[in-house]
Amino acid sequence: MPRVIVDVMPKPEILDPQGKAVHGALPRLGFSGVTDVRQGKRFELEVADTSDETLAEVEMIAETLLSNPVIEDFAVRVDS
Amino acid sequence: MRIGIVTFPGSLDDTDAQRAVRLAGGEAVALWHGDHDLLGVDAVILPGGFSYGDYLRCGAIARFAPVMTEVIAAAEGGMPVLGICNGFQILCESHLLPGALIRNDHRTFVCRDQVLKVENASTAWTSAFTDGQEITIPLKNGEGGFVADTETLDRLEGEGQVVFRYLGDNPNGSLRDIAGITNEHGNVVGLMPHPEHAVEDLCGPGTDGLGFFTSAVQALASA
Repeated sequence: MPRVIVDVMPKPEILDPQGKAVHGALPRLGFSGVTDVRQGKRFELEVADTSDETLAEVEMIAETLLSNPVIEDFAVRVDS
Repeated sequence: MRIGIVTFPGSLDDTDAQRAVRLAGGEAVALWHGDHDLLGVDAVILPGGFSYGDYLRCGAIARFAPVMTEVIAAAEGGMPVLGICNGFQILCESHLLPGALIRNDHRTFVCRDQVLKVENASTAWTSAFTDGQEITIPLKNGEGGFVADTETLDRLEGEGQVVFRYLGDNPNGSLRDIAGITNEHGNVVGLMPHPEHAVEDLCGPGTDGLGFFTSAVQALASA
């Protein structure tokens, strides 16, 4: 079964308290080179095929349910 | 006046909302998330809680519950709809109200008595108040930070759609201290604090919350 990946990330201008918390923990663990962390979600959708029609449907799924366009951006790609 | 209160899997404050409606002189009608039926009610309350475990995003799955098809159509037709806390999140996810609610900026759950300023006393749910009135009702949320783009925020303020603002310290990072908003017709109102927990002197910070429910009962009685 082919797999389609949908990545959902908070929009750049939206505060990401979880990413900030992760970023804040890094120096305490001795990691000093990371200047910022943003936390998002990854969805793995098993699909019958990766035709244009299927991918268009996944786009619609990503836009209506998997992400909230007010606060999040999404990207769809076929898992290789 | 029959006011329906929707119970989703994970709703917590549906029975408190029912009680508040009865104390305000209305008839509380229990509505079920899985039914395509509003049972002929005159208004709807989406209560607080953690519908569907807050999975995906708060309110994101509840927004597609069967009953929401009817709630959205009724709201667009002018029926008074109040969303409290998780109910506010559901109204935003449903696009009945603009903006979204994100995790509190300080990342911790907040639970306290909250002072609010009533900014718009002409909605279906706030007519018992006066513009500028200060009320105190409980606030309890982990994801109560109201956000929207600048253009939307300016429009909300310009059109009088900001209904409540937090007074004192901003409890959750909400932009422009916004605690509650309404749609352009004033029939749909959403807010993070909980009026249904402040309807009797025995418990809670007082009875300031009762005005939400008497407003709706009176508006429906005179309609």
